[in-house]
Amino acid sequence: MRELLELLEHDARRPVNELAAMLHRSEYEVEQQIKQLEKDNVILNYNTLINWEKFGDDMVTSIIEVNVTPQREVGFDAIAERIYRFDEVRSLYLMSGSFDLLVIIEGKSLKDISNFVSTRLATIEGITSTRSHFMLKPYKKDGSIIDDQECDRRLVVTP
Amino acid sequence: MNWKNRISPAVNAIAPSGIRKFFDIAAEMEDVISLGVGEPDFVTPWSIRESCVYGLEQGYTSYTSNRGLLELRQEITSLIEREHQITYDPKKEVLVTVGVSEALDIAMRAVLAPGDEVLIPEPCYVSYKACVTLAGGKVISVPTKIENEFRITAEELTDYVTPKTKVLLIGYPNNPTGAVMDYETLEKIANFAEKHDLIVISDEIYCNLIYANTKHTCFASLDKMKDRTILLNGFSKAYAMTGWRIGYALANPVIISAMTKIHQYTILCAPITAQIAAIEALKHGEKYMKKMVSEYDKRRLLILDGMRKIGLECFEPKGAFYIFPCIKNTGLTSEEFAENLLRAERVALVPGNAFGDCGEGFIRCSYATSVPKISEALVRIENFLKNHVYR
Repeated sequence: MRELLELLEHDARRPVNELAAMLHRSEYEVEQQIKQLEKDNVILNYNTLINWEKFGDDMVTSIIEVNVTPQREVGFDAIAERIYRFDEVRSLYLMSGSFDLLVIIEGKSLKDISNFVSTRLATIEGITSTRSHFMLKPYKKDGSIIDDQECDRRLVVTP
Repeated sequence: MNWKNRISPAVNAIAPSGIRKFFDIAAEMEDVISLGVGEPDFVTPWSIRESCVYGLEQGYTSYTSNRGLLELRQEITSLIEREHQITYDPKKEVLVTVGVSEALDIAMRAVLAPGDEVLIPEPCYVSYKACVTLAGGKVISVPTKIENEFRITAEELTDYVTPKTKVLLIGYPNNPTGAVMDYETLEKIANFAEKHDLIVISDEIYCNLIYANTKHTCFASLDKMKDRTILLNGFSKAYAMTGWRIGYALANPVIISAMTKIHQYTILCAPITAQIAAIEALKHGEKYMKKMVSEYDKRRLLILDGMRKIGLECFEPKGAFYIFPCIKNTGLTSEEFAENLLRAERVALVPGNAFGDCGEGFIRCSYATSVPKISEALVRIENFLKNHVYR
């Protein structure tokens, strides 16, 4: 199962017959395993990693450090849910260290994001402070190098 | 000056590599998928490259000891101790070389007298026979069979041994077949070597690339074989370091000294840059190597399944990164198959006879290439069979 997941994590579009051959299993077995993993929420989604900049879109990504006052019984979870339900929020993590929650937001412009932070995020009850950082240039995302110059430099036939 | 008359007979006696022709045809074509490459498609792991860059920045640009940096020799001996429980003295029993290629060349030159015979199981790596010939020895080819999954057995060797036999040269896991040896078969070969008092040169460059729960047995680890064996290995395949040209020989101090004598006058020392990178590879490279091996294994199963589905018979290769399908049922020779396939479907591979006469009827396909390329190559080979062979 782990090997199947690793293959899918690397390339979700691999056809089942290819996966089956690589894992030395039947196609039926692989299909069933994938279904089960989806059902169990081990596989959450099949996203595509897109270089929007190359496509021509100017996206703005902001990383926001958030301090909150945890609530009795639910700790950070209730506030976290109020944050992650927003579509604008791409990722949310509970952190150790000098702040509590790390929020990653994508928007179309700086204004877009500052609006979101000031009107939606900072106003949530229990949030005591926010500190926003804007991402300038991505180099590597989810294991993929954005503009990889390395290529196959081998000769076509070698002994 | 007519240079053709001035080339030494020893060099003239060597046939040009059978691979050259395919390289020339493929180099002129576009959109070629190559299954003909005998090296990893991975770039050397970054930490290894980075250590070399750092070394250069620190001014490591000088000669090293002829035998190689002591730290590297110590890393090599502790690796062998860890993996195979054989103890070598890093000061006397190790020589760092410019790849296994150099190690093989100087080992042959250090032991062979004119007319000495060297047993070489075939199919084998292309330079084995040339090294023997250049060193003045006589090549005795011993064919291996697909029925034995291209393993060599002591019985087969016995038919070829003469009073002049001095060396047995083996390379397992094998290029081009992907064959691996099992412990029992090797043990019998060890007895055979003992009985006929042979030197065994064991090229174990692919020893880390083994699959399907196979265990590699180092020839020197067999009973009484350490003293008899010249063990050759390197970094090219396991750590994707082909272009660095770095390898090593482990053996008795007397033969290592003799090899060092040749090495010091011809090479002086292996490049210090590659030696520094090799130290890093041995210290911290294992996890990257294991990841690459697991990737090769999946490609191996994919290509094996694909070849069988399109009707080419192959045994399951359990080592290196080659598969060696039989093409006898196509009615073509290996060279015809390879050339026609290249021209018709732009897939490059190497005809089996480039690795010895008994490789005729087979083709070597390297799966050291990406999964999408392997899948596409399989489709193209299937098209070739349908449209040009079984019409």
